[in-house]
Amino acid sequence: MAHPIRVLVAKPGLDGHDRGAKVIARALRDAGMEVIYTGLRQTPEMIVNAALQEDVQVIGLSILSGAHNAIVPRVLELLREKDMMDVKVIVGGIVPDEDAAALKKEGVAAVFQPGASLDAIVTFIRGAVPESNVQS
Amino acid sequence: MKTAERQFTTISGVPIDPLYDQPVAALPAPGEFPYTRGIHRDMYRGKLWTMRQFSGFATPEETNRRYHYLLAQGQTGLSVAFDLPTLMGYDADHVMSLGEVGKCGASVCSLEDMEILFHGIPLGDVTVSMTINSPASVLWAMYLAVAEQQGVDWTRLSGTLQNDILKEYIAQKEYIFPPRPSMRLVTDTIEFGARHTPKFNPISISGYHIREAGSTAVQELAFTLRDGMEYVDWALQRGMAVDDFAPRLSFFFNAHSDFFEEIAKYRAARKIWALAMRDRYGSRSERSQKLRFHAQTAGCSLTWQQPYNNVVRTALQAMAAVLGGAQSLHTNSLDEAYALPGEHAVTIALRTQQVLAYESGIPNTPDPLGGSYFLEKLTADTEDAANDYIRRIDRMGGMIPAIEAGFPQTEIAAASYRYQREVEEGERVIVGVNRFQSPDPPIELLQIDESSGHHQSAKLSALKQRRDNQKVRKNLDALMRAAEGTENTMPYILDAVRSYATLGEICDSLRSVFGTYQETAHL
Repeated sequence: MAHPIRVLVAKPGLDGHDRGAKVIARALRDAGMEVIYTGLRQTPEMIVNAALQEDVQVIGLSILSGAHNAIVPRVLELLREKDMMDVKVIVGGIVPDEDAAALKKEGVAAVFQPGASLDAIVTFIRGAVPESNVQS
Repeated sequence: MKTAERQFTTISGVPIDPLYDQPVAALPAPGEFPYTRGIHRDMYRGKLWTMRQFSGFATPEETNRRYHYLLAQGQTGLSVAFDLPTLMGYDADHVMSLGEVGKCGASVCSLEDMEILFHGIPLGDVTVSMTINSPASVLWAMYLAVAEQQGVDWTRLSGTLQNDILKEYIAQKEYIFPPRPSMRLVTDTIEFGARHTPKFNPISISGYHIREAGSTAVQELAFTLRDGMEYVDWALQRGMAVDDFAPRLSFFFNAHSDFFEEIAKYRAARKIWALAMRDRYGSRSERSQKLRFHAQTAGCSLTWQQPYNNVVRTALQAMAAVLGGAQSLHTNSLDEAYALPGEHAVTIALRTQQVLAYESGIPNTPDPLGGSYFLEKLTADTEDAANDYIRRIDRMGGMIPAIEAGFPQTEIAAASYRYQREVEEGERVIVGVNRFQSPDPPIELLQIDESSGHHQSAKLSALKQRRDNQKVRKNLDALMRAAEGTENTMPYILDAVRSYATLGEICDSLRSVFGTYQETAHL
């Protein structure tokens, strides 16, 4: 039997707006994934360490404060340093189109902006994590 | 779908009957206990609400320019938005401030920044609200010090400090210290205010953020009022008499999209509070029993898609606040699903209030919807449902044990998930998002780059060279000793601020005594 997809939902920076992160965590769980929620105020180092410890295939970063351009590239850099580039990074929150395009160029798998449907996020993750990565 | 099968509910999920036609009992007039119909007999005929746009971005210099602009446009009060490092008690050069300086509000690291923020603004004449919570006493001390410099007697100062730490643990999550030392700091400000600033509201007990976190209208109301009772309990334990401080407790509610549900919420709020003050706390002062509130339209209702529709949403929400008898109002700008508002967008938001005030005719008579079959029933039901929650929290031993048990947090998370599911299934329609989609033209946005962080950090280094560092150290030590004991901390914070100790230094001193708070995440 295939193991469920494991996702780390993380809140980096000082932003305390956790409504979206919590809704997404529940929705992914309802869709059969294993979800680890970091809680608030995580540094990029804490997030990447948690991803390593928890052996996740996906990191979901929720940022609504406008700090994404400083925080997300640092997470990607740490993943490269630790040779964890197979972990998909997706970002949700208030990210303008230009910034979203730039983040994707740097290696973010997807950016979900306000109004994105839960179903679209679930579908994306299922498509992005290849079967071979799901240990059985 | 046939109407017989379709469920009609408010946005919070309260079922709506096909028709309301039960006779409505006569209500006490506006200005009469329990003030369901409003706290003044003449309401807006006597004085319009204060138009108070929440504003702040980048550096204190840039925010000061925006304040002068808003006052020139006819805004009648100021409301300061601080950035996340300031809200969390970190200076701009702290490692946790990376990428956050000036993004969500103005960066204020020391008295020097507060002086710049209010440069050319006479604090004796303009009322100022400050959205600051965990480090509220520090920012308030800076404000009081600027008033001193302007030669304005503190007794003339009028305004509001948000200073509502309980809703931070429940919803907004900008906390530093654990609940009990935080409540002690809040009680210090309430006590200090009662002695020194008789026209200043030391606290604005806030449901706004609870609602934005996804609560229902009833949860917003119940948790906010129960928070209010917790502050009253602490002030009474401090030895104060209820009518010495309760007249200066103020409230802050959301103005969400379900028009009648919101108006019912404000009316029920006044009634519950008036009864609680009289019967639970034995207040004999009318001023303690009258619930005064600020309202802000719902940020979480604004859509990224078709942003111009947000002007219409905001107008309807503002109308509910005015029909509900708000004392002051913030209207959101159309671009706020994207960013802090640009000047053009914020002007439209202010004009929306001016249209309501001067063109709509609504302010001509108090509580114009009073006596409506539907509204009166909804008001009564809202009151009952909120009282149920308040009793549950009483049985848990008050709001702090309830927070520690994760009760309000879990209730809100469940409501928020339920709502999102309804949107997902199309049971709740959001125009332009899950129905009536169409491409929308791009809008111009306010850009805040990383230069604010550099600017603020450079000012901090220069300040630390210039000031009397021995005096700073002495004042911080004295503050720590006071924090370890039971004295009121405000005079010590004032001394530290006047010697230009930074926000981060003062908060670090308090962290060393009180420790910090880490929440258990409740999904």
